[in-house]
Amino acid sequence: MRYMDEYRNPELGRKLLGKIEETLRKFPTKIAVMEVCGTHTMSIARAGIGRLLAGKVGLLSGPGCPVCVTPNDYMDRAVAWARCKDVIIATFGDMMKVPGSTSNLYREKVAGAQIAIVYSPLEAIGIAEACPSRKVIFLAIGFETTAPTIAATIKCAREKNLKNFFIHCGHKLVPPAMRALVNDPELRIDGFICPGHVSAIIGSHPYEFIAREYYIPCVITGFEPLDILEAVWMIVNQISRGNHATVEIQYTRAVKPAGNPNALSLMNEVFEPVDSIWRGLGTIPESGLIIQESYADFDAVKRMPVAVEETREHPACICGMILRGVRLPVDCPLFRTMCNPENPIGPCMVSSEGACAAYLKYENR
Amino acid sequence: MCLAVPMKIVKLTGTDAVVELGGVQRHINLALLSDSELKIGDYVIVHAGFAIQKLDNADAEERLKLLQEMLELL
Amino acid sequence: MGEAEIIKSGNQITLAHGSGGRLMHNLIRELFVKRFSNKFLDRMSDSAVLANPLNDEYDLCFTTDSYVVDPLFFPGGNIGSLAVCGTINDMAVEGATPLFLSCGFIIEEGLDIHILEEIADAMAKTAREAGVNIVTGDLKVVEKGHADKVFINTSGVGRRPKRLKLGVEFIRAGDKVLINGAFGEHGIAVLSARGNFELNMDIHSDCAPLHGIIAEILSASDGIHFMRDPTRGGIATTLNEIVAGTSSGITIDEASLPLKEETRAACEILGFDPLYLANEGKVIIVASESGAEKILDIMRRNPLGKDSRIIGKVTPEHAGKVVMKTLLGGHRIIDMLTGEQLPRIC
Repeated sequence: MRYMDEYRNPELGRKLLGKIEETLRKFPTKIAVMEVCGTHTMSIARAGIGRLLAGKVGLLSGPGCPVCVTPNDYMDRAVAWARCKDVIIATFGDMMKVPGSTSNLYREKVAGAQIAIVYSPLEAIGIAEACPSRKVIFLAIGFETTAPTIAATIKCAREKNLKNFFIHCGHKLVPPAMRALVNDPELRIDGFICPGHVSAIIGSHPYEFIAREYYIPCVITGFEPLDILEAVWMIVNQISRGNHATVEIQYTRAVKPAGNPNALSLMNEVFEPVDSIWRGLGTIPESGLIIQESYADFDAVKRMPVAVEETREHPACICGMILRGVRLPVDCPLFRTMCNPENPIGPCMVSSEGACAAYLKYENR
Repeated sequence: MCLAVPMKIVKLTGTDAVVELGGVQRHINLALLSDSELKIGDYVIVHAGFAIQKLDNADAEERLKLLQEMLELL
Repeated sequence: MGEAEIIKSGNQITLAHGSGGRLMHNLIRELFVKRFSNKFLDRMSDSAVLANPLNDEYDLCFTTDSYVVDPLFFPGGNIGSLAVCGTINDMAVEGATPLFLSCGFIIEEGLDIHILEEIADAMAKTAREAGVNIVTGDLKVVEKGHADKVFINTSGVGRRPKRLKLGVEFIRAGDKVLINGAFGEHGIAVLSARGNFELNMDIHSDCAPLHGIIAEILSASDGIHFMRDPTRGGIATTLNEIVAGTSSGITIDEASLPLKEETRAACEILGFDPLYLANEGKVIIVASESGAEKILDIMRRNPLGKDSRIIGKVTPEHAGKVVMKTLLGGHRIIDMLTGEQLPRIC
């Protein structure tokens, strides 16, 4: 498959690993590189890159997947709507097992809720058109990669004059979360692998403050094994050269410095930034999106009032600290005993490659 | 949040396209690339049924070639 | 009302069809017995009386499975072909020759008779081609909403040579792991038939009876230690089942996994992992190191095994775990499937 298989070439991979090792020989300590995108976490796990670099590079998985960052109150509201007889919840598959305070969508489906799993938000429009007597609420989560697609979907709903289609907006923005991460005094990161598809939309400028103010190298990275290895090499080279940290683009085939201005303007037309709660990180200023007043007709929160249970977080869950890389899964009192893949409490266990689920797989003897 | 794949355009119909990867085809929406010049044979990055960026073939090939050359000097 | 009219296509199954009366008898005779016809079934007695196929050389093999697949029809098969192949394969992987099948139908009121006819056609064809007789059956009709269109149970009886040494206890470190061809297709075919995600692809279920190819390798080699068909949960789940709780692990080699390009592509687009997709025409074989190449050779000569590969080996390391050596040379622990695989954006 073109523009994929070439970046899985084992021989080039081995040579890149060799180059990384060679440059790292001069380094006194292990370097810590964090990626902030669940897709990167998956790619790294799938290729087994973590262990290949284990000697000198620690790959940290930051708060980068919708599963990890969507707070309980968003899910509680989704569950409340799911229990309404005239509502169809349309969602990406990722959300089915994300925990709410007392339930999740998977359990609601088993209990009879109408939940449609889709690949594209446009399928939800199709469902709304096919079921005029139902209210279709689409769970819009994801970062800047997905937000423009939802903006386009909302505009499509407007063009079709749909009255039974709504969006439960839970989009979050990456650069503000990265600022919160680097502000954390407990955190020690030597380099960032920046999300390639988010950057295809937002470009490279939004990360410059990290290099300029915090002196941390950033490399915007693709998702194939060679992309990730090349990015690690680029980070290692930046550190090795000892010059000013910069933002580089490894994923040049898909990312331009200016991103996708068309997609950005669609986003800005439909959404506006708002302070947002990230699971485990708390409230981060201007880090989420809400639907602008001009498109309020499609805002599920405004147009579909529903009684939501009181949001409760599990008091002993330390996912937040694990997501920030300052604690290990084994430090959590719930790990393995009360919180496991069959019965996950926190997001780090829900995602199959989340820090805790992965730890259980690899370390469990 | 970034699962997206490069797919080849096999049909163009204004705001939509049909793209293909490994023999699998899907219709996708081009709203995010409405100001791009696209033609059949171009590759686009597809996420959730939308094209989010046009793949720069020339850059991809050039960069891979450079990487290979650099690694040969090992 | 003439018998032919009762089961004319376009008519629907009603509760009356399950009531045990003339309507039910006509349905059974016209729809099933005529298609499955054999000397046992044609008698339409309450039980099939079968001559004892065993002698001192054989043990009896007995299995059962129920089929509830949705949708009923998918590229490459339907619930009927699945119901025959699945139960045949459960016997085949034990080294048994499948001989007789029973079939029980639980039908939701309102099901179009034409759908039942197609299902029965598929079952008759599959059984005939496999050389297996459907000798007895049952039919019940339940109220609308109390079943999802149709559920089928098939039980199977076969005979298995006593001399065969097959089982987890015969697996040794150094044994090779083989598969008879590209995997994941059934899972994707069912998905595409559900119409979800609007992908356009040419992928067919691999649904097929495996007793023929298995008989060929068993007669040619003593080296087969264990076999299993990787159905729900995919090859990942089956490989884990093999080593769970034992002192052995399995290492598989990503580079040697046979996959069709369309399967790979569909998985990349939706975010699926083909290791966890269901199969209905695949067998995982664990064979001695010395015998593996010969077994591979024989499998490749059979149409159901032309893409056979050695995909890994049994190892004394990482006991109880399945580890994949990735294309890149890294290692990835392959867990069992937890829950259902769903398309993702992350």
